[in-house]
Amino acid sequence: MIWRLLSGFGRFWWDFLVGDTPEITVAVIVIVGVVALLRDVAHVNALAYVTLVVLSVVTLTISAAIARRKA
Amino acid sequence: MIATVNATSATIVLVGAVFLAAAVEMVEALTIVLAVGHTRGWRSAFEGVGVALVTLAALVAALGPALVEVPLSTLRLIVGIVLLIFGLQWLRKAVLRSSGFKAKHDEDAIYRETVASLALTGERPGRDRVAFVVAFKGVFLEGLEIVIAVLTLGTSAHRLGLAAAVAGVAVVLVGIVGVVVAKQLSNVPENAMKMAVGIMLVSYGTFWTGEGLKIRWPGDDVMLLGLVVIYALAAAVIVRVLALSAPTPKAVNS
Repeated sequence: MIWRLLSGFGRFWWDFLVGDTPEITVAVIVIVGVVALLRDVAHVNALAYVTLVVLSVVTLTISAAIARRKA
Repeated sequence: MIATVNATSATIVLVGAVFLAAAVEMVEALTIVLAVGHTRGWRSAFEGVGVALVTLAALVAALGPALVEVPLSTLRLIVGIVLLIFGLQWLRKAVLRSSGFKAKHDEDAIYRETVASLALTGERPGRDRVAFVVAFKGVFLEGLEIVIAVLTLGTSAHRLGLAAAVAGVAVVLVGIVGVVVAKQLSNVPENAMKMAVGIMLVSYGTFWTGEGLKIRWPGDDVMLLGLVVIYALAAAVIVRVLALSAPTPKAVNS
């Protein structure tokens, strides 16, 4: 019973955060890593926030392009 | 003065995002409940709705206070990442619908499909288990998205009460209109609303991810409006480019 609840809970979050767009999940994790490095290691605040926005737009574009290819 | 502008712009985006997200999900839940009620009877449909709402309220009551205890920068980073992923998924679907690569959300068609599948499941007894389960699942799943939007947007902005209140107003308004009209709300510009919600979720996700990573945004909270403009423009360009090679839209889906 507990196992069913836990696996159902896990399945819900997997479907919610990954679903049929794993490229978005992977890209966001990479973006966070890159931006954290820029902010905390290189100390370039402006480049960090520009990179965050630009890479998010790039992720959206690539994900839409992948969907177009599958259609 | 600057602090007031910051707070006002952040509040406007928060209220707008929560209201639209809650309204869109409520429209979808209403379609399912109406299909169940008209096909299988209202008693079991309303029982399913009631149990779903109680379950959702319990979830909010349990998770809301717990989230408030988490350190703010950690909360903002986690919430920001979740919102960014969720928002990009939502915006991607909206972009594909607008460019013709995904069929637009059609409440009339979804209503017809739900009615047809319910009609196949046999006679209607006094208490209808099928009606209860379909109504419960529909309201619970759509409501869960509202709960996630309220908790993530509300806790990261430290305005959980406001977010919950706005979501409540949206749900009640759509519910009242649905009851008055007594049919699925197919005239609601759902696809346009989904595009707006997607843009706001991605904007919020980007902003809070940055806050969690201790980025100093130019203009502080006013940057939220800037991000909305940036993502709206980006979405418009992507839609335009994709539309050039769009096929004929397939059958309606959600």
